[in-house]
Amino acid sequence: MIPARFDYVAPTSVEEALQALAEHGDEAKILAGGQSLLPVLRMRLNAPEWVIDLGKIDALRGIRDDGDAIVIGALTTHHDVMHDALVEEHALLIKKAATEVADAQVRHRGTFGGALAHADPAGDLGAPALALGAEFVIAGSGGTRTVGADDFFVDLFETAIGEDEILTEVRIPKHTGWGAHYAKFVRVAHQWPIVAVAATVKADGGTISEARVGLTNMGSTPLRARGVEEALAGATASEDGVREAAAKAADGTNPPSDLNGSAEYRRHLATVLTRRAVAAAAGG
Amino acid sequence: MTKISVRVDQENVTDDVEPRMLLVQYLREKLGKTGTVIGCDTSNCGACTVHLNGRSVKSCNVLAVQADGGVVDTIERLADDDGTLHPVQVAFRECHGLQCGFCTPGMIMQSVDLLNENPDPTEEEVRLGLEGNLCRCTGYHNIVKSVLYAAELNKRGANA
Repeated sequence: MIPARFDYVAPTSVEEALQALAEHGDEAKILAGGQSLLPVLRMRLNAPEWVIDLGKIDALRGIRDDGDAIVIGALTTHHDVMHDALVEEHALLIKKAATEVADAQVRHRGTFGGALAHADPAGDLGAPALALGAEFVIAGSGGTRTVGADDFFVDLFETAIGEDEILTEVRIPKHTGWGAHYAKFVRVAHQWPIVAVAATVKADGGTISEARVGLTNMGSTPLRARGVEEALAGATASEDGVREAAAKAADGTNPPSDLNGSAEYRRHLATVLTRRAVAAAAGG
Repeated sequence: MTKISVRVDQENVTDDVEPRMLLVQYLREKLGKTGTVIGCDTSNCGACTVHLNGRSVKSCNVLAVQADGGVVDTIERLADDDGTLHPVQVAFRECHGLQCGFCTPGMIMQSVDLLNENPDPTEEEVRLGLEGNLCRCTGYHNIVKSVLYAAELNKRGANA
């Protein structure tokens, strides 16, 4: 299948892109790496009149140190994110999750910002971004605004980005020295997770002082497992300690039922994967 | 129509294309490079894998216009002009890394990328590195053997 006809524009700056959006707004789709959008267009699930390709805006690529945070440009590919030294040092959880996105070819094209803006509840980057308290920098005609992770994910495939706005970069507060693990459960290779758990843990000796846990595909948006986080604060990083905290992983979630598993199955899976992810993150 | 300039298999080409044209269509239908095949058409199988700016991509999941200004390398220019096969091609032949052969162009292009990044992979790293390429004959075992053998050939070549 090939996409339905559309008109195409490839701006070379964010300003030009915003102008194109202002002109074509609700008839336009933004193209980043295209690894989610192109299948949608080819299957004709969407047929925009305009495609605005951000691929020529070099300013949106790259990762930089910004004091207490690292800043990932929206067009940085998954491949570049997972091999970046700043990400490894200060946001190990992002590296772990980026490594699990689809397959090598998709990671060479797919972008960090594109995946987050697409907001697939089964996408691998939402839960870690949420767990790390990422901030989303969004450009619009009126200037730039920053949205916290708790307000960014609104619903299935819906974020706080307005129709006339563009996600330009994502700030990840540094979690230097925190252990991390992304536990993803799939039936076949390079698929979306049935459930996945993103855990990052600050452990001193055998004690967990702080933990952040995000859940993938346990509702219409990525979710924080706050009950688990609270139970882990000050807990010993023992098997029993982690198991007890992980038992709360599905509290307050509303996972889907589909061919891959029932909601009940996903709730169970969330507790198992949380136990594994936290144990691995704590070095257990 | 949108004008694109691309360097494909070491030749510069300039063309007017419909923005909706996929890179794989452009290669096959405009340039006649049918060495790159369309397998699943859903960006799952990896049969259409080519290199764009030095990295492997699924060419059914890239628009031709996105390759504008870039460099595309396909299976068709992997062997030397005199017909000398690339070490990965040699290894696939030696180790029977193909049965029906349909997935082979993509498997080989992905294997070349994998070995560029990791010249001495473990078996597990090969299996993970090829997770985006499907073989319906399920000849994976010999494909993995082929990639490991290609790594060995590369090492021997480097030491020669």
